Amino acid sequence: MVNAMAPPCQVRVPIGSDGDIIVARQKGRALAAELGFSSTDVVRIATAISELARNVLTYAACGEIRLQPLNCRNRCGIVIVASDHGPGIADIEQAMQDAYSTSGGLGLGLPGVRRLMDEFTIESTVGKGTTVSATKWCRP
Amino acid sequence: MMVPILKQGHFLIATIMAALSDEDMRQFREALLDRVVSSRATAVIIDVMAMDVLDSFATRTLREIAYMTRLRGARTVLVGVQPEVALTMVQLGLHLEGVATALDLEEGLAYLDRVNRRG
Repeated sequence: MVNAMAPPCQVRVPIGSDGDIIVARQKGRALAAELGFSSTDVVRIATAISELARNVLTYAACGEIRLQPLNCRNRCGIVIVASDHGPGIADIEQAMQDAYSTSGGLGLGLPGVRRLMDEFTIESTVGKGTTVSATKWCRP
Repeated sequence: MMVPILKQGHFLIATIMAALSDEDMRQFREALLDRVVSSRATAVIIDVMAMDVLDSFATRTLREIAYMTRLRGARTVLVGVQPEVALTMVQLGLHLEGVATALDLEEGLAYLDRVNRRG
């Protein structure tokens, strides 16, 4: 179905409490469904948002989740950007390994999110904060 | 968000009706364990059919519930994991070792029935 309406807009969700994690993933679900993602991909995207938002809350106490629809060569996509001004990650390579965690969590967050999504980038400066971007493309 | 916990014979049936925040999940864990103790239940069925996402925190909490109930001599059966949710959990690398699962509430009860008859 061709959507003649204006494309969906970017959504920003401030993350400061565990209730915000649910708000972020519900908005992500709605946006992903609107963009035409399959029900499995909608769950993948919502789960990735949940993991990234919880990282923001756990490590930085507050931050933001930005959900950006993408349209590139007739391909739809969504990018999740999780950003915070927390302590940053000293060793990104180590943080990207399965079963590594400094907060007593499962240590699966980031590598797991990378598996759920198609593209994944992370930028972090110690003392300044972290920005994780994860993109999923809609299967035609 | 309260999770209703019903007693049926020696079983407790908890139905999660909507997405739970981390704090709701913790409260549910405490409430369920209290009920396991006070009701002397031998098994707990947790229905997660309405949960659209089972992320690392929810999975860990469910596993904790299963371990803690086992220490009280009761079994936990998780029912209603949606196919999309199951797929995502596997890809995310989440495990529910030691937690029995069944398709739905009916199958969960049938499973407990079989296990009990076997002794």
